[in-house]
Parts: sequence; C-alpha cells; structure tokens
Amino acid sequence: MSVRRLADEAVQPASFAFSPENAAWAEATINKYPKGREQSAVIPLLMRAQEQDGWVTKAAIEAIADMLGMAYIRALEVATFYTQFQLKPVGTRAHVQVCGTTPCMLRGAEELMDVCKRRIHAEPLQTNEDGTLSWEEVECQGACVNAPMVMIFKDAYEDLTPARLEEIIDQFQAGRGAKVKRGPQIDRILSAPEGGPTTLNGADAEPAKPSAPRSKKTPDEAASIPPSKAARAKTAAAETDPSLKTPATAKAEAAANTKVKGNARDEAGAKSPDDKSRPTGGKKPR
Amino acid sequence: MAILKVDGQEIEVPDHFTLLQACEAAGAEVPRFCFHERLSVAGNCRMCLVEVKGGPPKPAASCAMSVRDLRPGPNGEAPEVFTTTPMVKKAREGVMEFLLINHPLDCPICDQGGECDLQDQAMAFGIDSSRYQENKRAVEDKYIGPLVKTIMNRCIHCTRCVRFTTEVAGISELGLIGRGEDAEITTYLEQAMTSELQGNVVDLCPVGALTSKPFAFTARPWELNKTESIDVMDALGSAIRVDTRGREVMRVLPRVNEDINEEWISDKTRYIWDGLKTQRLDRPYVRKDGRLQAATWAEAFGAIKAAVAGKTGDRIGAIAGDLASVEEIYALRELMTSLGSPNIDCRQDGTALHPSFGRASYVFNPTIAGIEQADALLIIGANPRIEAAVLNARIRKRWRMGGFPIALIGERSDLRYDYEYLGAGPETLAELVDGKGSFFATLKQAKNPLIIIGQGALTRADGLAVLGNVAKLAGAVGAVTAEWNGLAVLHTAAARVGGLDLGFVPAEGGKAAAEMLTETEVLFLLGADEMDFSKKTAFTVYIGSHGDNAAHVADVILPGAAYTEKSGTWVNTEGRVQMGNRAGFAPGEAREDWAILRALSDVLGKKLPFDSLAQLRARLYAQHPHFADINEIAASEGGDLGALAKKGGKMATSGFASPVKDFYLTNPVARASAVMAECSALARNNFKAAAE
Repeated sequence: MSVRRLADEAVQPASFAFSPENAAWAEATINKYPKGREQSAVIPLLMRAQEQDGWVTKAAIEAIADMLGMAYIRALEVATFYTQFQLKPVGTRAHVQVCGTTPCMLRGAEELMDVCKRRIHAEPLQTNEDGTLSWEEVECQGACVNAPMVMIFKDAYEDLTPARLEEIIDQFQAGRGAKVKRGPQIDRILSAPEGGPTTLNGADAEPAKPSAPRSKKTPDEAASIPPSKAARAKTAAAETDPSLKTPATAKAEAAANTKVKGNARDEAGAKSPDDKSRPTGGKKPR
Repeated sequence: MAILKVDGQEIEVPDHFTLLQACEAAGAEVPRFCFHERLSVAGNCRMCLVEVKGGPPKPAASCAMSVRDLRPGPNGEAPEVFTTTPMVKKAREGVMEFLLINHPLDCPICDQGGECDLQDQAMAFGIDSSRYQENKRAVEDKYIGPLVKTIMNRCIHCTRCVRFTTEVAGISELGLIGRGEDAEITTYLEQAMTSELQGNVVDLCPVGALTSKPFAFTARPWELNKTESIDVMDALGSAIRVDTRGREVMRVLPRVNEDINEEWISDKTRYIWDGLKTQRLDRPYVRKDGRLQAATWAEAFGAIKAAVAGKTGDRIGAIAGDLASVEEIYALRELMTSLGSPNIDCRQDGTALHPSFGRASYVFNPTIAGIEQADALLIIGANPRIEAAVLNARIRKRWRMGGFPIALIGERSDLRYDYEYLGAGPETLAELVDGKGSFFATLKQAKNPLIIIGQGALTRADGLAVLGNVAKLAGAVGAVTAEWNGLAVLHTAAARVGGLDLGFVPAEGGKAAAEMLTETEVLFLLGADEMDFSKKTAFTVYIGSHGDNAAHVADVILPGAAYTEKSGTWVNTEGRVQMGNRAGFAPGEAREDWAILRALSDVLGKKLPFDSLAQLRARLYAQHPHFADINEIAASEGGDLGALAKKGGKMATSGFASPVKDFYLTNPVARASAVMAECSALARNNFKAAAE
C-alpha cells in the first residue's frame, strides 16, 4: 500500500451527478439512517459513484459530501482510507483484482500476476494503452477453497490457470466480459469438490465406504509436478542462498555450538497432562 | 463520587473523571500526547498507559477509561491504579519506541525544540538507541495556510489539531487521510485554513509538525523573556504571554484564563507582532510647509503650544482611540479639564453607549464564562466570529452542550454554529419587542436568556433607540433578574469600556467625536485612527505608536508606546479590569503616552499633578476605586435598564451591519503587519470564491 492521492487534475471531470436511477437509490439509502446521522451513508454512496463512473472522482467526493452535509475533508478521509475506492481511473472494461493472500499465492497467484503484467501493464493500477484494462493485487476475497482467483467488478473467477486468465482477459478486452463463465473455471460446483461430491454419495444411510483415491495420478506423476515457487523469496540476498549452512540444514554443527546438550525439552521433564507423576491438585488443562 | 487508590494513595474523585484525571488529582503525572482537557478523547497515542489492578492483564489507556469502569477488590476494597510499576514503565517505553521509529531526529533544527512534549517525554521513557533498521517513513509537507507551517515527518497522528478545528473552531478543515503508515494530516486538497482560531493548533501540536510560520527559525524558546500581559486586539482582554528578545517582540502566546479565553487566542492576537516593528513612529514630527518633518520633542511641544495659545476650551477637543489604556485616557481627561474643554470622546465609531445610563448599559453583564449558564441566545447586530473570535468559541462550546437555541438579527454569516435567522434590522427587533415571533417565547421561557447586542446595532444614528428597544426586550423576556443579567453589550475596542468608566464622553455642551473633526480648532487624537479624516479642519495632534490613518493627516505627531511597551490598565467588554505589563521598550524617542501628556501639560502651563505612573494610579484609584480591583468585575446595577428602555425612539429601517469589515485589519498595529495583510488578502479571495 502506498500514499493514496486524488487523480491528477487533468483527468478529473468537471462535475458529478448520479444518474436518475442512482439518485433515487441514494436518497433511499440516506433515508435508512436516522435524522442527523445521514453522514453514515457516505460509504455506500461513494461506492455507487464508483460503480457509475468506474472510479471515485473529486467531483463525486464533493457532490456526495454536499448531499450528506459533511465537510469535504471528512468525505476525503473515507475515500482515502478504503483501498476499495479507486481514486484514479481504472480499466473501463475490466479492473482485474488478483488475490495475492497466502492460499492463492501458494496456488499460483503470482503466475496470474505475471499474466496481468504482460497483458495489461507492468505496474498495478495503471491502465493499458487504450484504457480498457487495469489490474491490482488485493487481499483475501474469501474464495480460498477455489484459489487462485481474481475479481473483476463484482464477479469472482476462480480455479484459474494462467492460460484461462488470459482467455478471460481476452474476452473482457473484446467487450464480451458478460459472457465469461463466473465462479470456478473447472469442473466444480461452487466450492464443492472437483469432479463432483466425494462424500454422502449413497442413497442409503450406510456408512460410506472408504472412497476411491481422489487422484488417479500415480505417486511418480504427483512428484513430477515441481513445487510452487510461490513462497520462495524473490531476492538475490546472500542469506537466501540455499547452500548456506543453517541450524536446519547442518544439525550436527549447530548441536556442537549449543551450550545445552541433548533435547532441552526432554531434560526439563515436561509432563503430559495424563502423567501419573503429575502433581495433584489443580485442574487438568482441557 | 468514586473512591480509588492511585499508587497506594486513596483518593475520591467525581464520577465522570477519567483515570488520567484521577491520577492527576492524586498528584501522579501521566504522560500523554493525544489527550487534551478541552478536546474530545481520542485514545490513539497510548502514552498514558497505567496498570489497573483486577483489570485485564494488560496496561489500560487512562485517558479513555472512566473511574466508573474500575472494579473493586473481592472484599469491596477500593479499586487500585498504578502509574509507576515496571509494567507501566515498560509499556510506555514500548509506545515511545514505536513513536520514535518514524520520528526524525531533527530536534536541533526544529522550532518545537525546548517546548516539545515528545522531547520531554523521550527523556523519561525513551531508550538510548533505536532497534529499527529500516528506512523511516517520509511524508510530504502540506500547505495549510500562511500562519501554520507543517513538517509532516514529525507528526505522530495524535489528531489534536483535527479535533480542535472540528470541535472548538467549528469548521472541519483538517483531517487525517489515508490509513496506517500512510496516514497524513492535511486540509482538503491543501487549501489554506480559514478559521480565525487556527493558530491554536500550533500550541496544541505536541511535536514540531505544526509550527508558527512567521516565527519559524527566529528564536529559541529558552532565549526569550516572557511577560504576562493582556491582549488589546479585541475587547475581550485575552490573557497573553509576550515573548521578547531584547527590545523585539518575537511572538505572542495565550495564557490560561478560564474567565475569558480559556486557553485559546485569535490569530490576530497571536500573529500581530510583526506589526509592532513596522510603521512605527519613533520620533516627533511637525508639519512644516505641508509636509511632516522630523522634529525634537521641544519643537513639537512648541508647535502645540502655539496652536493652543489663545484658544478657549470649547475650541479644543480630544478623542481617545481603541487601544488606549485607562491611565492615558485619564491623563488626557485631566489635561482637557485643565484646558477647560468639554469636548472629549472615546467613541470614535459614534456608538450610542453612554455612562449616564449606568454601567450595566455598556458592559457584557452575564460575563463570558456566564455564556455557559445561558439557555437561549439572541444576537443583535453583531458578528461575534469576527468581532470576538474567542467569545464565539465560547458560544459554540455552549451550543455543543445542547439545549441552546440561538437567533440572529443582523447580517447573515457563518458563525460556526446553527442559528435561526430572524431578520436584518430594526423592524425585526421591533416585532420581537412587541412579543411577536416564536423566538420571543423561547427567550421568555428560558431561565437565563442572553441577548448580545453588538456595535453594528449601536453605531448608527438611531443607536440609542435600538439600545432602548433592546433594553425593553430584555425587560419583557425577563433577562434581567436579581441573579442573572442577560443584557450583553459586545464591544470591539479594548479601550472602550475603560473610557466609558472614566466618563470620557462629551461634557455638558461638548461635541461628539465626529463633530470635533470639523468644529474644533485643536484636536488631540490619542491613537484614534478609525475615523474618516477627509473633512478634518482642526489642527491635529496625534499621540500614537503607528504611522496610520490619523498620523498621515496630523499636524504634530508625538510618538507613543504600543500595548506591549507600557504597563497599562484595560477594561474588557465584561467590565473586568486587567493590567498589562511592559514586555519591551518603545523604539527611538517614543515614550509612554501618559508621560507624553504629562510633559505636554507642563509646556501648556497646566502641569498635571503626578510625576510617575504610581502617582497617576494613586489619583486614578482615588477617583475611580473600581480600577484598583485588578481582574475583578465591579458589580453594576441592573435596575437602571428600566430608565434606558424609556429612551426608545424611532428606529431607522436599514439593516444592522457589523463595524468590523475585515477581521485582520481592525487597528493600526494590524494594518502595519505583513502577516495580517496576507491573511486579509486570502480571506477576501476566499470570500470572493464563496460568493461566486
């Protein structure tokens, strides 16, 4: 995250107005709050303005602040606080939000970002040449089961491979984003197991038999998939050199250096809760 | 009342106290950055951590925890709080270490150095070195106006400035944008602040992030001489501290005075000091061949003697200005009496107030602190925001407490609180006097109704009629009772109440200020600059400190001392007598005004019977005993309002307009100040922009 500023004056539109439909919605939203507390509607209104214009313009911040009777600085505080508000123009056809949080990262979100860098722009939050596409890395979108995933506007595209993401980007660039299948992009219903249900398959209540191995891959095949590089530090720093000796890789040398010999924990005699020789009195930890 | 133990010492404190206040009451010092007595509690600096016995096993922020939230011991013992335990010390050291992670080590070039809360507390809770190896955070400096300089790297995000502008000044100008590490204090898109109280954020800032722009890099706090004095920029008499180096005033800071300014002062009070150095009259001048030429005191006095010679008393007049102290007005009055002149006036603006109506008719009877007891307010012909900015903050404070309907008759403007606009002028007032309108009922039902009448309603030809009608209204709504006098006259000139107390108004057959300009032959102006001198015909002697309006048209100029250069008494709009002290000496040949008048009287052969300020004061106190009661308000009779109410005459129809057109340029000192000129230009442009 970095300092968030309003977009350059050159790209700011002169004025902002909600469309008639959105204006009616905004009025209804404001009416949800008690009198004197209308300012609570600032987040929904800013979000609706972003949905209408694609991003939150200075004019929109001022117009919404005026609608709610609050100082401009108060609305600006809200708009700059939440990274979900785009303060600069984003892609008109798609703003690809790639989840980069741990589960997605382990499942290959970085490759998805490489696709975005190649196809859209080398930097996040920058539009491509014709202004139709942009991307950014976001935090967890709550679809970890179907990682890796991206979010485009309000729809999630899950179980992605770099190739599939490229297809999706192609579709959006061509203006056919609505036709792209939403949700999981593989043979999966919502977040159910891949290839269909694996439990409670039988019609009767008999205890389920041990299910067939889910993966038909042989152990050899499984091993042939190289481990993800996701967690590998992207640095050439000396301390990340794999040939470096550490207590983890060179146990014998490390043991020679320690003052306490043997397993310190064993010698201290940590007792299990069920140990008979445990002092009586006091409750067992549960 | 709640009983608790602080560091083993049992203490009883009111229920609404926070732990921090309770600890202070017990004499334990609690460090803090974000907490401020006059602002809401934010609880974001975490410096005031204390240990609470029986509470969660972690330190508690004492500023945000109420004494009611404490649990007693299992056998009903008083709850215990510790401020000096190792846990507390370690917690505070941890907080301090985090604060210092991103704080630059630029104390040697920081203007806050020497009076910095962070510096002081780092001495107690800081560790000697940093464990932080990464790059420090860097923040862009923001432009927030010509008065407040920002060095945003130093900001620790206490948000005192944000809370001050929002809560006390009443205009949400500052905010905290961004979040986390990227949080920044700024105005909306770096516009200049517009509040008349913005300078107070400099005092509030616990670090050097917001500092005084005009004072930047000019002096260190420890090399300044501090003189406690009284402000004369408006009629409130705010308590100030004048910091001087040698003869030069380096800055002006507020002092705490709960009765008047709490701890705020207006920007005009704070940033006026560069006006004390420029446009100064430092030697006498005499007009020869149509031009003012430097002269000696003897030549100047000789010229006055020649002008006065042979004139009868009624051809001589004297006008006292808005910044004059009681002592010099008294000396001038004695001189005019000895010259046999009935033409004296301290009311340059021609206000209808007169001492013959009784003291209650020209002071702010309910007192400034008394605003907090009022429960309904009617403002007539005043704009407290620009006429008395600190008093306006007090009205806002009362308004924020709730149950305080406010209505205004006069010019519509943003007063930083909501009010009901009743009308522009006398017609609305007349309707109200007749008991029409819902606000009459509001005032009538109020226990302590407050009616503020400003100079905008009194400095008119029909001022006396307006005053009479207001007195009638005050009587009708029961604003004047034995316990409460709700009729409040808001003055704009620091010298006015003192002058009226001295009876410095035309005697029987005497001429008023405006008439004197054309109908006398010799006219003494004691710092009187706020008049239209274009039609002046009299031979004019100007006694004052600055080469302003009156000095330009004067025939003889006698250089006087400005308010920081003399010990003098001023009476504020409440009628409170206060004494200011001399912080430095007047420049060049300039002298204290009373001494000039005393020397002049000798030359004119009417030697005044005092040779020192002490002798002058002894005579003054003998004749007007209430001036001896410094910091007190002499009780004024409320009953004489009945007579005043009968004075009502026909009121004109034009609307009331505030006499203060430009907050930043109301007196000769302010007009000599470059900082005030810049603020004024900025305010005019803002006003223009707002009108478009």
